[in-house]
Amino acid sequence: MAKILIPTPLRQYTDQKDQVEASGSTVGEVMTGLTTQHPDLRKHLYNDEGKLRSFVNVYLNDEDIRYLSKDKTAVADGDTLTIVPSIAGGSSVRG
Amino acid sequence: MSVAERPVATTLSKDEILRYSRHLIMPEVGMEGQLKLKNASVLLVGTGGLGAPLAMYLAAAGIGRIGLVDFDIVDHSNLQRQIIHGTKDVGRKKLDSAADTMLDINPFIQIDKYDVALNSENALEILKPYDIIIDGTDNFPTRYLVNDACVLLGKPNVYGSIFRFEGQATVFAYEGGPCYRCLYPEPPPPGLVPSCAEGGVLGILPGLIGVVQATEAVKLILGTGETLNGRLMLYDALNMKFRELRLRRNPECPICGDNPTIKELIDYYEFCGVPHEPAAPVFVEGDLTPVQVKQRIDSGEKFNLIDVREPHEYQIAKIPTAKLIPLGELPKRLSELNPDEEFVMHCKSGMRSAKAVDLMKANGYKKVRNMTGGILAWSDTVDPSVPKY
Repeated sequence: MAKILIPTPLRQYTDQKDQVEASGSTVGEVMTGLTTQHPDLRKHLYNDEGKLRSFVNVYLNDEDIRYLSKDKTAVADGDTLTIVPSIAGGSSVRG
Repeated sequence: MSVAERPVATTLSKDEILRYSRHLIMPEVGMEGQLKLKNASVLLVGTGGLGAPLAMYLAAAGIGRIGLVDFDIVDHSNLQRQIIHGTKDVGRKKLDSAADTMLDINPFIQIDKYDVALNSENALEILKPYDIIIDGTDNFPTRYLVNDACVLLGKPNVYGSIFRFEGQATVFAYEGGPCYRCLYPEPPPPGLVPSCAEGGVLGILPGLIGVVQATEAVKLILGTGETLNGRLMLYDALNMKFRELRLRRNPECPICGDNPTIKELIDYYEFCGVPHEPAAPVFVEGDLTPVQVKQRIDSGEKFNLIDVREPHEYQIAKIPTAKLIPLGELPKRLSELNPDEEFVMHCKSGMRSAKAVDLMKANGYKKVRNMTGGILAWSDTVDPSVPKY
């Protein structure tokens, strides 16, 4: 089992859970496990072609999977995946 | 690090020595470091949540020249987090209010005020005189603009971003390190990621992230310690957890990569798919104003008023006859709504309810209309006892 840390903006699609466990031997399999448990997450993480959206990054432990083997990156038991979407908040009442 | 039009300071006055004594006795700062701070210049983009603590601490630290970019006015809803402004400042320009506080903290600094929205035409000129740029903005177009301008000018970009209980901070575009586009090549489509105005933010959170940014700026100036260059700091206030992820420069980055395709500033609103002007309530044919909705209620017309906001918003303020169905639940709850009946949809400002109208029309509802301006306009034009938030 791998642990997936869910960032605040996406917790509305995981019943407010801040972490979810899913099994799989690659990042792709674990992420599929996650979106099977929480189907509403899928369209926020992947585009229509099934590619990870360009404003969402997935890290295996502290490394960006884009610099590993992306979806095919091997995941070991006890690894942590972190989803890091872009957030823009900072100042002002606009937006 | 120096600014051309200012003479380089080589000494501190007696008053300054007393003021900065806790810095001066630290070997990591000392007289040499304090003079570096005095000769340094920093530009703060935004004097809101992140900008407030940043500006106050940078002023206190003795950064000699601080530029502020903001065109906003202090509002009551800012005061929960923007501690540089006080209740007495409501209605004033944030620039003026911020500068007063900073000069009260430290009269030995120079403040440059830019009462403009940073855009592709003015950004390079405004950023150019400064050693370090600090991004404390609240929207994607300005974040990409600040990033690209920093990369093009070769200036470090001290980044911070917040949402609800969560913050991110790092240093971009420094000594060959990654930039914002390396982390996020593209922004999310409008509406997918809620802004602080929609999603809320813990008032203390920008204090912590802003102070991290201020710390990084001071370290960059002093040339000491290890900066966040190449590391993304993640902070979760709810669980009080700090984490750190590795950031890498993307060799294929369109602006800082090996073969950059972006060589000048672009139209960032178009890039982010958002309108240039803040979205005003647009009156679409068939929409109703709050006054018209009130008239219909009073004349006993039969229709369903549906509030598509979130339950916690409903607790703050509501229109008594409205039925609450949050937008996210609407697709699942259409079975509760009879397609033969008439519906008026409302939310906070009219944007979410417009989406709800589209969703219902797409599902075969014929008699469905939007209440323009939402409950905010209801408060303004129908019932001022309804609180605004």
